[in-house]
Amino acid sequence: MTAPILELDGISTDIAQYHILHGVSLSVPEGGVHVLLGRNGAGKTTTLRTIMGLWKAREGAIRFRGDDIAHLHTSEISRKGIAFVPENMGIFGGLTVEENMRLATNDGSFDRERLGRIYTLFPALEKFWTKSAWSLSGGQKQMLAIARAIIERRDLILIDEPTKGLAPAIILNMVDAFREIARETTILLVEQNFLFAKSLGQTVAVIDDGRIAHTGNMADLVEDTVLQTKLLSLSLDAHQ
Amino acid sequence: MDSTSNLFERFGGINLLPVLLAIVAFALIGSPSTWVTLTVAGLAMGMMIFLMASGLSLVFGLMDVLNFGHSAFVSFGAFIAASVLAALAAWVGADSIFLNLLAIFLAICAAALFGLVAGWAFERVIIKPVYRDHLRQILITMGALIVAEQLILAIWGGSPISVPRPNFLTGSLIIGDVSIELYRLFAFALGLAAYIALYMILNRTRVGLLVRAGVENREMVEALGFRIDRLFIGVFVLGSALAAIGGAMWAGYETLITAAIGSEMMIIVFIVIIIGGLGSIEGSLLGALMVGLMGNYVAFLAPKMALASNMILMMVILLWRPYGLRPAVK
Amino acid sequence: MTELALDANAERARGRTGRLIVYAIIGAIGLCLLFAPMLFPDVRSQEVAARICIFIVLVASYDLLIGYTGIVSFAHTMFFGLGAYGTAIALKMMGPGWDAILLGGALGIIVSLVLAALVGLLSLRVKAIFFAMVTLAAASVMAVMASQFSDFTGGEDGIIYKVPKLFSPATKLLTDEDGKVLRIFGAKANGKMAAYYFVFFGSLILYFLMLRIVASPLGTVLEAIRENEMRAEALGYKVVLYRTAIFCIAAVIAACAGILRAVWLKYTGPETSLSFAIMIDILLMVVIGGMGTMTGAIIGATLMSLAQFYLKDLMALASEATAGMPLLPELLAPDRWLLWLGILFILLVYFFPAGIVGTLNKKGGHS
Repeated sequence: MTAPILELDGISTDIAQYHILHGVSLSVPEGGVHVLLGRNGAGKTTTLRTIMGLWKAREGAIRFRGDDIAHLHTSEISRKGIAFVPENMGIFGGLTVEENMRLATNDGSFDRERLGRIYTLFPALEKFWTKSAWSLSGGQKQMLAIARAIIERRDLILIDEPTKGLAPAIILNMVDAFREIARETTILLVEQNFLFAKSLGQTVAVIDDGRIAHTGNMADLVEDTVLQTKLLSLSLDAHQ
Repeated sequence: MDSTSNLFERFGGINLLPVLLAIVAFALIGSPSTWVTLTVAGLAMGMMIFLMASGLSLVFGLMDVLNFGHSAFVSFGAFIAASVLAALAAWVGADSIFLNLLAIFLAICAAALFGLVAGWAFERVIIKPVYRDHLRQILITMGALIVAEQLILAIWGGSPISVPRPNFLTGSLIIGDVSIELYRLFAFALGLAAYIALYMILNRTRVGLLVRAGVENREMVEALGFRIDRLFIGVFVLGSALAAIGGAMWAGYETLITAAIGSEMMIIVFIVIIIGGLGSIEGSLLGALMVGLMGNYVAFLAPKMALASNMILMMVILLWRPYGLRPAVK
Repeated sequence: MTELALDANAERARGRTGRLIVYAIIGAIGLCLLFAPMLFPDVRSQEVAARICIFIVLVASYDLLIGYTGIVSFAHTMFFGLGAYGTAIALKMMGPGWDAILLGGALGIIVSLVLAALVGLLSLRVKAIFFAMVTLAAASVMAVMASQFSDFTGGEDGIIYKVPKLFSPATKLLTDEDGKVLRIFGAKANGKMAAYYFVFFGSLILYFLMLRIVASPLGTVLEAIRENEMRAEALGYKVVLYRTAIFCIAAVIAACAGILRAVWLKYTGPETSLSFAIMIDILLMVVIGGMGTMTGAIIGATLMSLAQFYLKDLMALASEATAGMPLLPELLAPDRWLLWLGILFILLVYFFPAGIVGTLNKKGGHS
């Protein structure tokens, strides 16, 4: 049993005077896609932001490959090999697609092979390479955000609700892309969309009201319709 | 409706506003030679104001820091340049263009050096302790402005100081009826060079890329692995140096400076960055040129309304575009 | 468990002592101001006392904005000036009568109200920082215009005018058997005293008005807006309307303070009513006293006014003492008092943002 690549241990995070996370503990195995499911306001985004150091946990530990990263600056956490694709995608609209991508590289140069693979996965990016990013459609921006996370190899990619507001056809395309990406790295995917999540995830954790309500294999959850209903009463979004 | 706005966009869109202003002014002024003189003055003034404002705009766009003390660098720059020029009076007055240029160069360097060093100290001592707190930032930097003005009064005294203009820049270029002051051409050229240099840095270097990205979304840049707070110090220091250079140029323009320069320019600079939008040098340039032109045209047409006219311009633009004309962050 | 409870009790006890100290000081100041003509009969002290009264009102009204609602505005002197100039111009043009004061004052108040409403509505569309800068620009423009439209406003020199006979030093309020003006504890009961009490009671009324506002439901809403704007909006309060309302109220009160000033000084000019130095004074006083506390305004205004009074004398001495040295005499010259107050201001904002009252009350000021 390989050691988990990421571990959260009793994480509690506050925002202003509001307690958002209450003792969240999570273990992400290395390799593959792992899903954190939850409805709006459950604390999914807060969890990712806490891992990334954008918000500091009040208590608890975060370990990446065994190293404590909870006290590190966001930029240091990123340099440890963790990529972040936020909910709002974090695209720099005033910069071109190329410039957005360059920021994601270590020294400004592209690995030709990896870039080629990105062009194959997301052809629109090649098409709009020199255009300003604000002119991209929602789906294309999401592709750019993901491409930024994979232009150089990272150990762990945190992705926050990539399918939000996207057309079904694009979501389908994304499933393939994610499967491809997951072959070389670990993805922690935060989602509301159960249908999307279940087609990708190996393990799943369900978060509700800042607490982990369930952890286990995705396959088991998919089989267990009783459990699904119980957790669905926490309104996991099963929409298409 | 659509085709006119498309046409407008194709010819540069918002960037055409100064041109529009110039055209309207021409209609109101009538006399071409006066108009040319005023326009050149407006453009020159605009360029100097751009130097003063661009740093503040980038700093605020990048780090969300309100530096009400920014114009202190302008006044110190002006006074330091004045002192250097006074010390090098022989070179300034000499017939040799080389010596003149050398004197100017040294004066500007002195101002810039002050901006760099004082800017660094200012950021560490005054700004850093109040990074996230807007209220205290406004108050503390305001206090710094007051202290700076008082220091100037203590060091240079209360009477206005006369600034010697380099020999080869005194006098004007005469083309037909039109008389164009050589210094104004010089100020415009210098400002333009600075703009081009800034543009190059921002758009052709990695550091510039980081700044442009950081102005839009600081968090994301950090999430990509960059320490933006280190970048910030660089931008702050550069902005202060530019402001000092702007002040130095202003000293040569006005040829008579008082300690109140800082507070006077502060209002203008704020109006410029509000009009232009925060975080972009394009916006600062646009705002600066408009304010420079507006100020000069109105000073001719209705002298008492010069400052008020810029204020009105700002209000009108705010009603139309609440974030300014070309902000980096929407 | 018990330790925490004990600590909390100790904190509360300290807070209570702190509050008692504050009330004691306020009481002392209040009494001094009430009996100022008797306690400090010389002209300069009278001037300082009147100034303190007026600035208490000015600073308290500013605190309504910055301390209670979290609005940073630099236009406060503009309203102060409008009230002063309105009254002054009316007195000059209509002669020294109560009708002039009423008319001019009312005009000043109305213009202030209209401008405040306009500026307040602008805050609808722009970020808070832009708002601060806009108010700064507005105040500067007003100051410049006051200097430039000099036929109207007397320009840089300002205007001098007479005030109603009641306030004239020659007027005898109370006379003794010989018909000479009566002295109450050494102070002449003449027009000057009447003028002082006009200022004192005028300020007192305005101050109590503000206390009422702060204690009212409006005050609670304002504090909620300051703490968390989004939450207040979510709770159903139209934040913009409330901010505009308090901005207008503060403007009107500042204008009233301006009226008092104009009547007291018998002179109005850019230096005494519109200058940025006054805005700085207000900022210093509100920070020293403590933001978000009405009592802070009293302490801040008193302390600063006294400090200015004595500081200049002190600096003159120090400047002479260091006469031989390079830069020091210029730094210590009495004209440079603002330099040291500026430094003090920076230190206060940095180390004691809660001000005197805030620190004593352990309220903590702003986070």
